[in-house]
Amino acid sequence: MRQFFVFARKEFYHIFRDKRTLLILFGMPIVQIVLFGFAITNEIKNAEIAVLDQSRDYYSNRLVQQLQAGSYFKIDQELQSHQAIEAAFKEGRIKMVVVIPPKFGESFFHLHKAQVQLLADAGDPNTATTLINYARAIIGNYQQELNGPQSMPLTINTTVRMQYNPALKSVFLFVPGVMTLILLLVSAMMTSITIAREKELGTMEILLVSPLPPAMIVTGKVVPYIVLSFINALVILGMGIWLFGMPIKGSIVLLLLECALFVLTSLGLGILISTVTDKQQTAMMASMMGLLMPTVLLSGFIFPVESMPLPLRLLSNIMPAKWFIIILKDIMLKGSGLREVWPQSLVLCGMTLLFVTISIRKFKIRLS
Amino acid sequence: MQPIVTKELTKKFGTFIATNAITFEVKEGEIFGFLGANGAGKTTAMRMLCGLLRPSSGEAKVAGFDVYKQADRIKQNIGYMSQRFSLYEDLKVKENIRFYGGIYGLSNNTIKEKTKQLLQKLQMEAEADQLVSALPLGWKQKLAFSVAILHDPSIVFLDEPTGGVDPVTRRQFWDLIYEAAGRGVTVFVTTHYMDEAEYCDRISIMVDGRIQALDTPRQLKAQFQAESMDDVFLKLARGK
Amino acid sequence: MKTPIVVQDVHKSFGKVKALHDISFTVNEGELFGLIGPDGAGKSTLFRILTTLLLADKGQATVNGLDVVKDYKAIRKIVGYMPGRFSLYQDLTVQENLDFFATIFNTTVAANYELIEEIYVQIAPFKDRPAGKLSGGMKQKLALCCALVHKPVVLFLDEPTTGVDPVSRKEFWEMLQRLRKKGIAILVSTPYMDEAMLCDRVALIQNGSLLEIDTPQHIIAQNNKPMWAVRAKRMYPLIQDLRSFPETESCYAFGEYLHLTLKHGEADLDKLHAYLQPKGHEEFSMHPIQAGIEDCFMELMKSEKV
Repeated sequence: MRQFFVFARKEFYHIFRDKRTLLILFGMPIVQIVLFGFAITNEIKNAEIAVLDQSRDYYSNRLVQQLQAGSYFKIDQELQSHQAIEAAFKEGRIKMVVVIPPKFGESFFHLHKAQVQLLADAGDPNTATTLINYARAIIGNYQQELNGPQSMPLTINTTVRMQYNPALKSVFLFVPGVMTLILLLVSAMMTSITIAREKELGTMEILLVSPLPPAMIVTGKVVPYIVLSFINALVILGMGIWLFGMPIKGSIVLLLLECALFVLTSLGLGILISTVTDKQQTAMMASMMGLLMPTVLLSGFIFPVESMPLPLRLLSNIMPAKWFIIILKDIMLKGSGLREVWPQSLVLCGMTLLFVTISIRKFKIRLS
Repeated sequence: MQPIVTKELTKKFGTFIATNAITFEVKEGEIFGFLGANGAGKTTAMRMLCGLLRPSSGEAKVAGFDVYKQADRIKQNIGYMSQRFSLYEDLKVKENIRFYGGIYGLSNNTIKEKTKQLLQKLQMEAEADQLVSALPLGWKQKLAFSVAILHDPSIVFLDEPTGGVDPVTRRQFWDLIYEAAGRGVTVFVTTHYMDEAEYCDRISIMVDGRIQALDTPRQLKAQFQAESMDDVFLKLARGK
Repeated sequence: MKTPIVVQDVHKSFGKVKALHDISFTVNEGELFGLIGPDGAGKSTLFRILTTLLLADKGQATVNGLDVVKDYKAIRKIVGYMPGRFSLYQDLTVQENLDFFATIFNTTVAANYELIEEIYVQIAPFKDRPAGKLSGGMKQKLALCCALVHKPVVLFLDEPTTGVDPVSRKEFWEMLQRLRKKGIAILVSTPYMDEAMLCDRVALIQNGSLLEIDTPQHIIAQNNKPMWAVRAKRMYPLIQDLRSFPETESCYAFGEYLHLTLKHGEADLDKLHAYLQPKGHEEFSMHPIQAGIEDCFMELMKSEKV
């Protein structure tokens, strides 16, 4: 036990004396979450739009006012003809054009249906979709307002819906995603690199020749990273809660336990990588290309798994990250308990066991 | 004009003085041995002379160029070979020669001509298309030296060129050095083999950043009443 | 007491490269045994086989009576190993390195202090310095300390003095001499021929084969070819002239002299003088000498190639 303790302490020395490792360990998570949380959101603020109001009656006027009432849209131009639309888009500033056909109010009340055409610059499909959704929400709200006195006496509900910020949805998606990514990266990449470093330095030779059992070498190296990864998980969770207002509707204990489980899975992967690599650089490349890329692409973090072709959907099942993201979202957003997330947890347990078993089998007591 | 002239050349790293006011001259066509214990400041001095490191104070001219202002010109006029880095292991012998020839701006025809001569001289024609990694260490070192003087530099710097090489190849390597010196190339060499120190025309011995002795091997032995250079070295390094 | 090291017919290849070919030798109790040969001769491979890190393709080896394949766990408890490259944690201090290696071998620095004391006092002033910032000689001393800290029965030192300056090398060898007197068997490899004279027995290795195993004194005595040390003011022309002399067998630079052997020994001397006379070498001198270990190695290398 003393051996183990000394080994782990040595590993902490390595980590705390290497500024680069420290930076990756603690700087990266913060940068990433801020980056994803703030910079790369789909939130729209003061998007410049143009309006072509061919009706110019009381109701169309009010619709235009409604559009610019929130902080989402800023009406940049009032267009006079259809021909002007293309020119407006070409200027590049305008992201969307709202076209209100003639006799808007009249059609609405007499024909019970009025049309509004939304033209968006689909060069950036994400923004375009978001803009259209915002506009639709505003128009829908306006429509209810017009119907209001006849069907429902209160319109408060709609107002609440209006103020609900759809942008937060992306943060709710990103926090679990980034958390997964960071835990995977720190645990898997750092462990594989640190083991490869011993090989590169030649110290692995001495360790192997010493009476230390190989399992002790590996655990001694890995335990410090379990601790650090877990601290990392706490930091990210904290940032998610206090900076972005993520809810934790489920049990926090369960959430932390699941985090610990995922840290173990990632460490298992890291050890597995280290058994097949001899150089720090190879270990880094293997974790980056072999782990990070597929995780980002296939875990449902950025691209929804449901819309992938079948082979990719099947492939996504072997990504530990996919299961962990589901668990996180369910516990945090839906308030699920172990009763709901046990299948995913079981999958992670199984994967961990598999990685560790293979690693132990493959860990060489000799050099070749 | 002397190929290497230094005056009070000094390099400090913070408060640590790696090279402490060294003054010496190397003559044209001379084999100059640069000895010293690990950490005595040899590498630092050599890097300053090659224009890789800016001195803290003092003067130095290499091939007539100032180490402060004309580092670029120096690099064109010297060859450099170290024990650690010499050739690309994953390139073929021919490709390595081509590459280094190209770096120094030799024309294709010159490179072709020189490649032929070089391979002939080293008796390595059969290995021209082999990867360098497949060559024995001694061959690599000989090849690396020949490549380092491919562009006919007036001075060549050799940093422990023969470490770990077998005794026969080590001597063949020195034959190459002698031959280059015979053609007027100035050779500046560091080594841990004291018998190799004796092959040099003159040697300097550095202790703690200073040059403590500088003369021909014979004179040094006489001066320190030592039987071999090994003894001279021990007396100097231990006498601190 | 069991024989510290026994190696029998060991072969090892990496792909097509024969790293070791039919190696057999024995290291006795309290013996300082040198494995002398250039880089790439197969020294490190042999060390790794003996320290149970590699498996031989063929042949057997025992360390202190334990089989290197079957009893690898037991061997790992009783050997000290210093691999070829400097293998300590550069970012840990001297003291931390020592403590670490003591602990993984289940002991403490204090428990075997008497063994390492002499070396330890030399590095003690630097005990709070990171190992990476030590000079080459100091690093080697620290590495030796770490390899000794658990009082091994057999010590394996793979090129401990490569790249180390002559002063530190000399000190290092003095330490080894004293360790040997304490009964530890030491297998040490080196590319420096002059260090061979400091061993009890040496094996000369080249291209994976042993050329000779004997005491250095014996190896030298066996070589009874007459040899001369020759010098002149300008050495390079002298080498060229001597090499083109038809009766020259070998002519190599050795320090300030050339070592020369002739095909028919003394019988060729007159011819040589007649040949050199017109060349007009200044300050020419020539005297017979006893061949050294390096001469013998070169001689053996040559006969091996033929």
